[in-house]
Amino acid sequence: MSATHSGSLSDAHAHDEHDHHDLPWIRKYVFSEDHKYIAKQYLISGIVWAVIGGLLSVLFRLQLGFPDADLTWLKPLLGDWIQADGKLDPEFYLALVTMHGTIMVFFVLTAGLSGTFSNFLIPLQIGARDMASGFLNMLSYWFFFLSSAIMMASLFIKTGPASGGWVIYPPLSALPQAVNGSGLGMTLWLVAMAFFIASTLLGGLNYVTTIINLRTKGMTFSRLPLTIWAFFITAIIGLLSFPVLFSAALLLIFDRSFGTSFFLSEIYIGGEALHHEGGSPILFQHLFWFLGHPEVYIVLLPALGITSEIVATNSRKPIFGYKAMIFSIVAIAFLSFIVWAHHMFVTGMNPFLGSIFMFLTLIIAVPSAVKAFNYIATLWRGNIIFTPAMLFSIGLVSFFISGGLTGIVLGNSAADIQLHDTYFVVAHFHIVMGSASFFGMLAGVYHWFPKMFGRMMDDRLGYIHFWLTFIGVYLIFFPMHYIGIAGFPRRYYSWTGFDAFSTFTDLNELISIAAIVTFVAQFIFIFNFFYSMFKGRVSTMNPWNSNTLEWTTPINPGHGNWPGAIPTVYRWPYDYSKPGAAEDFIPQTIPFSQTPESNLPGETDEN
Amino acid sequence: MTSVIIIVALALILSILYLIFRIGVLTNVMNGRYQKRVGVGNTVNSFLFVVIFVLGVLAFYLSFMSARDKFLPDAASEHGVRTDLLFWVIMAVLTVAFLVTNSLLYFFPYMYRFKEGKQAYFYPDNHTVERIWTIIPAVIMAGFVVYGYKEWHAITSPAPENSEVIEIMGKQFAWQVRYPGADGELGKYHYRKIDATNEFGIDFNDTASFDDFIPMELHFPKGKNVSLHIRSRDVIHSVFLPHFRVKMDAVPGMPTKFWFKPTISTAEMREKTGNPNFNYELACTEVCGRGHYAMRFIVVVDEPAEYEKWKASQKTWASLNAEYVSTKAPKALTEKYLKEFLTKPEVVQPAVPSDSTVVSVDSTVVVAAAVTPKKHK
Repeated sequence: MSATHSGSLSDAHAHDEHDHHDLPWIRKYVFSEDHKYIAKQYLISGIVWAVIGGLLSVLFRLQLGFPDADLTWLKPLLGDWIQADGKLDPEFYLALVTMHGTIMVFFVLTAGLSGTFSNFLIPLQIGARDMASGFLNMLSYWFFFLSSAIMMASLFIKTGPASGGWVIYPPLSALPQAVNGSGLGMTLWLVAMAFFIASTLLGGLNYVTTIINLRTKGMTFSRLPLTIWAFFITAIIGLLSFPVLFSAALLLIFDRSFGTSFFLSEIYIGGEALHHEGGSPILFQHLFWFLGHPEVYIVLLPALGITSEIVATNSRKPIFGYKAMIFSIVAIAFLSFIVWAHHMFVTGMNPFLGSIFMFLTLIIAVPSAVKAFNYIATLWRGNIIFTPAMLFSIGLVSFFISGGLTGIVLGNSAADIQLHDTYFVVAHFHIVMGSASFFGMLAGVYHWFPKMFGRMMDDRLGYIHFWLTFIGVYLIFFPMHYIGIAGFPRRYYSWTGFDAFSTFTDLNELISIAAIVTFVAQFIFIFNFFYSMFKGRVSTMNPWNSNTLEWTTPINPGHGNWPGAIPTVYRWPYDYSKPGAAEDFIPQTIPFSQTPESNLPGETDEN
Repeated sequence: MTSVIIIVALALILSILYLIFRIGVLTNVMNGRYQKRVGVGNTVNSFLFVVIFVLGVLAFYLSFMSARDKFLPDAASEHGVRTDLLFWVIMAVLTVAFLVTNSLLYFFPYMYRFKEGKQAYFYPDNHTVERIWTIIPAVIMAGFVVYGYKEWHAITSPAPENSEVIEIMGKQFAWQVRYPGADGELGKYHYRKIDATNEFGIDFNDTASFDDFIPMELHFPKGKNVSLHIRSRDVIHSVFLPHFRVKMDAVPGMPTKFWFKPTISTAEMREKTGNPNFNYELACTEVCGRGHYAMRFIVVVDEPAEYEKWKASQKTWASLNAEYVSTKAPKALTEKYLKEFLTKPEVVQPAVPSDSTVVSVDSTVVVAAAVTPKKHK
């Protein structure tokens, strides 16, 4: 077996291939070091978490849409969280929204999305046998699993899981006197997140190292698929921002357990004045959002990368403005670190800071707009094939635009005064960050399922799934803007106590029904996923006629990905419908010398 | 029994769906659908984008028109009118951008759907176009920044001299307000002085404390600047006065401020909305625990003269809690200030004009309803 280019590393890997077959089952199926297998572990975990996270949202939507309904029938599931009068316990309501946010943001859209597709696609698309460190990669998954187990356990304890919102602002999250969920539930939350951060950092280190060091011959940075660019930048953002969340969590642990006063000051609660003085709850918010805002892009950028790939492939056109796409990813990533305080315009922070952060925030609209325009320009005069992945990608672009636009209002500090912490914000980020990233993830699963499992998913079920979900998401979140403009605050168990917020009961009912239907529609996907895994049509090697390297591997790639030498790359990944070419795609592995009929001036193999 | 029937019915429905799905797959295999590059589904999907767009825009228009009259009424503060305008101006620009980009996004799939033998247009980039669509958003954003900054700067500048100072304190799960009384100065406080009686932790070593009063509802004078001094004594709360477009967090250990000018009295707003029971409200918008959703406090905007009368009618907290104060304050101060209140309680009983009585009686009733804890245990 000759590794012609990447030197000793691929030799070593090629050698590993033999040993692999002798691995005990536990190293093959549980503590696997194969990136493809770890990706599937992340994916299945992500799906399990998504169902749980979605179910929690259905529970609180029941409360919001049908505040008078008798929920006694949920007693077998929720036990004492259903009060004697058949209503949801208000504290449990807060726990539901907190855990829904935590699960969706971290466990589904960070681990489930990056964990799945960075692991799966990075080695396959850059031409590597595996990740730089298979062991760290395995460790990354199992830290995540441990974190999941702890977070899951917190759902079942008597005092309930953390319930101070997913942002866990102290003092609420620091004081068990303030809310029951800040007792053991919060401790478990913090411990789980500590493991989660460790997992993310291990994963991120691996992604960055692999992309920098293990690209195959010819795979220069300017020939990387946009998916890889997105994963690369995402991993860097994660490496720089997650440690800050860790520090915030650590200081909060100190405040909670060791009596320090980092975030606590001058508190009188439960009939006593606490000893804490001189701390600042606002400091926590700065630390939290220093991760929290980049986190938005940690979940969104991979989805945008996946979309770039799918839109180009299925439009049968090069992605429009490849360089501009890279530049905008980098610009967004950079800006994502200097806009965090737009979450804090009305915290009492110095108003001058507010002006600066408004300015920086609105700059982000520019690279984001460039991305949106580039997607649309890619569709223009294409020859579009609507695979389910393509539908979800177009849906993503629609959400990215709709949700991104409302961000411009919220980023304007003066307009934010009224909108802050209302349903307008909820609508905004659920569309632009939640649904868009979720659609990116679904698009990715539909698109790379054949590579993962060697079989095709059923496309008609995919169509039904898409249209139900797409319409459902808009039906859920579009009306929420109206509710937000009317001033309805977030995280309210019930609004009827206020004259100002006692309207829109019909709209809330509609939202809840749409949420339930959309949630149920996801089971079409889950059925399709597991059914196709075992009984789907057997895939061909390159079912979407795509250019990237992963489609040059066997239908079921083994350990080491390519049975022979790793292919060499000669061109960028977007030579679709090139004038003169016989086919409407030219894979990256075809040298220019073989395609004299379609070469543009200056395209020779020496480059 | 019912649950068994439901489960059986569900299982039946699911198995029927599964059968239909299997038959569909098999017929597709027979028809050779999978041999073709695209099926009929391609056209259907592309057409659905257009249908959804048209229906969606229609639904957007209709739903907006019907939701509009449930939005909050006109802003009742000077800056609120301006931030509302800012909001709607930005929203108008965004709606145009939304419609233009989305119509392209939904029509292109239909226009450029796959056709056998057609070739897509190889078009990797165009720097002129890219420059244009970078500059246009940048210019629009610059406009928003300048416009927004102007308003933000005006709103957050220090409160003008002679503003009416009012303290709002959040606690689990109620608001409390304190007025500085005749001297116009709030007495000092310290969180260690808080107890079951002295909820604010008022420091009675400070002479300014003695004339402070703590009413059961929040009154603002119409047309006068009001400076809210906001704090919390336990967790973070957030003062939200939706009709005045006011929001500011109440942070333990870090007092915050917000000033504004109320412009529409409660009576005027009742007329305007046609709702004789209309009341301004104060809500909490930072999650603070179990009773977060129930931190309602009634707000009344009076004509300036009524406001002064109302203020004069309020008894100082010290006089209402004379015994408590006498144990906490230095003897000299107690004698100097408190005696006065105790001996002459009739000083603070001015006559109130009939129409404003209606207002305050009415709102007292509502206050009672709001304060009576919604039993959620």
